Amino acid sequence: MSIITVQLGQCGNQIGGQLFHTFMEDVHSKPLATQVAPDKNEDYKDEVLSRFFYRGESREEMPRARAVMVDMEPKVIAQTYQEAKRSGTWCYSEKQHYCQQRGSGNNWAHGFCIHGPACQSTVMELIRREAEKCDNLGGFLSLMSLAGGTGSGVGAYVTRCLRDEFPHAFIMNQVVWPYKMGEVIVQNYNAVLTLSRLYHNVDAIIVMENDHLHKICQQLLSIKKISFKDINKVICHKLATMLQPCPLSKYTGDTCSNSIGEMLEHLVPHPDYKLLTVKNIPQMSAAAQEFSTYQWHGLLKHLRQMLISDAPMEEGIDWQVRVNSQGSHHNTSLANLLLLRGKESSSADTAPFSDSALYAPWIPPDAALMTGVQPRAFNHYEKSASLISNSQSPVTLMDSMVGKAWDMFSSRAYVHQYAKHGLTEDEFLDGFATLEQVIANYKHL
Amino acid sequence: MRILNLRVSPIVRQNENQVSSYRDTGTGSGVGTSILNLLADEYPDVYRFVTAVYPSSEDDVVTSPYNSVLAMHELTEKADCVLPIENQALVDIVNKIGQSVPSAKLGKRVYNASGVKAGSAIIDGEGGLSKASDEKPFDSMNNIVANLLLNMTSSARFEGSLNVDLNEITMNLVPFPKLHYLVSSQTPLFSLSDVHLPPRRLDQMFSDAFSRDHQLIKADPKHSLYLACALMVRGNVEISDVRRNIERLKPNLKFIHWNNEGWKTGLCSVPPVGQNYSLLTLANNTCVHNTFVDLRDRFNRLYKRKAHIHHYTSVEGMEVDDFSSSIDSLNSLVEEYKGLERQMNNPTPPEPRLEIFK
Repeated sequence: MSIITVQLGQCGNQIGGQLFHTFMEDVHSKPLATQVAPDKNEDYKDEVLSRFFYRGESREEMPRARAVMVDMEPKVIAQTYQEAKRSGTWCYSEKQHYCQQRGSGNNWAHGFCIHGPACQSTVMELIRREAEKCDNLGGFLSLMSLAGGTGSGVGAYVTRCLRDEFPHAFIMNQVVWPYKMGEVIVQNYNAVLTLSRLYHNVDAIIVMENDHLHKICQQLLSIKKISFKDINKVICHKLATMLQPCPLSKYTGDTCSNSIGEMLEHLVPHPDYKLLTVKNIPQMSAAAQEFSTYQWHGLLKHLRQMLISDAPMEEGIDWQVRVNSQGSHHNTSLANLLLLRGKESSSADTAPFSDSALYAPWIPPDAALMTGVQPRAFNHYEKSASLISNSQSPVTLMDSMVGKAWDMFSSRAYVHQYAKHGLTEDEFLDGFATLEQVIANYKHL
Repeated sequence: MRILNLRVSPIVRQNENQVSSYRDTGTGSGVGTSILNLLADEYPDVYRFVTAVYPSSEDDVVTSPYNSVLAMHELTEKADCVLPIENQALVDIVNKIGQSVPSAKLGKRVYNASGVKAGSAIIDGEGGLSKASDEKPFDSMNNIVANLLLNMTSSARFEGSLNVDLNEITMNLVPFPKLHYLVSSQTPLFSLSDVHLPPRRLDQMFSDAFSRDHQLIKADPKHSLYLACALMVRGNVEISDVRRNIERLKPNLKFIHWNNEGWKTGLCSVPPVGQNYSLLTLANNTCVHNTFVDLRDRFNRLYKRKAHIHHYTSVEGMEVDDFSSSIDSLNSLVEEYKGLERQMNNPTPPEPRLEIFK
């Protein structure tokens, strides 16, 4: 099964470059660190390479990322392309990119109404070309930010085109939520417009919040001068723990041909609830990894508490939050996917995650939790666990973001900039209405 | 126009933004705004940025208030973004840099002195048309404005982790069409040449940018209301440095209630010549209206007596009505800024959010 990655805008392209780099880094782990026999490691490696890369006729060829790069100005694509080549282990295909000269100016309307239609036929042609190289196309992963103009506006447009052209493929969008303060002034408008458009065209939206990622860099990885490159590495670590091969427990013995599709079907049991978050444990700097050793029981206990208290990382968890106590609120889930990788992963006890108290009352108990076990360790972590949840976690942020966008909209500030490119006030209102519905749905779980 | 077309067309095909500069004299303001009109008609989709030098009260051109107000009418209607500049502010910056360099002419021996590193000051025209030996009096001041333009366009010319194109500046800093006058401020003013001295702290650069001595116009944004603010950073600076400084400086600045977190950030990897890093702030702040009120008062003093009007109306195409419509335009601009400023301590409550019925 292959996945095509669509990299949209500066953020999407920067993350994309880092993501393929992370896959390769994992594939080239030191043999001892893999925790499995060499032949099993080779199987894993082959699967990663066929899932995310194309190798052509000869296995000796440099693996080429199954990706399409889209941006409205040329610098970032050029940079990403060069960095890939410099790695020596993989590269992007020639000509699998589309760029313009002018940029979208952080203007969602410019991206969606002007650049989107203009680039549609070329970008879809690039995607078709990539799809033809896949023996078994599973689906699409689109990478974008919500704050800017290209990732958000062109991203929303391209996603709609993808859905029209590939109605049976799974489409998941990984979106980066900007810092609450200090990135783009119109970020809340762009976020409302993007999320409302995406919601009905995708199978799942994986949410990554810059403020949380920043904390992880600061407190877990002890990075002093945090750059966007550091933030992107954390995002890619999370995505890779979800996307790297991991046999799902319900398929013991059989090989599942489209495990990512299965994961998404499980995680999104109802079309009104599509927001996913990724929590993983442990996370630490490479230097600390050598000296750390964990037990599954401890890891999973922390991860469960991270889920119910909605903590973004394993430090600073609020242990007072309990599931069954009256009056206290915990982070309620619709569905969880728990993926365990590394040493003794098959022996870990995942029962605490099946506890029906964790879930909304209308979820059938056997539909709540899906697990996957991969004995081959991920990226030098002897043991690692990753929890992909469909839960109330992103709602607080979404609520605050919609509130701020609404405040701004009440004064009609910046609205003329969007109107210039054809976006009406009604379209703004539609966007607000869609998201208020999503927020209400999640709040009432 | 034909010459303009020849020059502009190839640029427009590649990178569709236009930057122009005007002064308050007859040619600068008159021909300048006329060209602005032509550009607006011929290339309506191309953004028009204008650096405009405003006259100080002791300007030697008697009719400068007329020229300025007439020009402002065009700037308000036809420009997408205006960066007002005052000569007095430029003079003060030049003097401030001059005072940092110990005078060799006095013949005194200066110990522990560190001169300004060659080419690093924002008054230096390194790589420009005139050589240092040929520099004329206004060159230092003009170089400050040239550096402003360089810093503003750096992200479009070089790589960085968070690019900001010119069209993003207008998008984020202009919440209402006519309120597109931005207060600009640049730091550092220079680097020290003594390599043994520690470089100025990064955080100090952010503080300096919000001090009045670094602004290109004489205004007081700290006591007025910010509508939006952009931080264009160049050099070895990461997002965490910017965030730390925003958190530190924010409590002392007043932002309009619907844009409480109204910061736009740009990170360009390449610093200016001779510096490790630099910061350009562009602020949309209601304090600009004070500059316009001064201008309006000077205009009215002349216009009350209709002094010098005949020189203008004797030119074909110029009517007395042009004066009254220009001053009306300026008045309404000032009122719009004042209206927003009144919300400083008295914000208008927003409409209630949409409710979902179960």
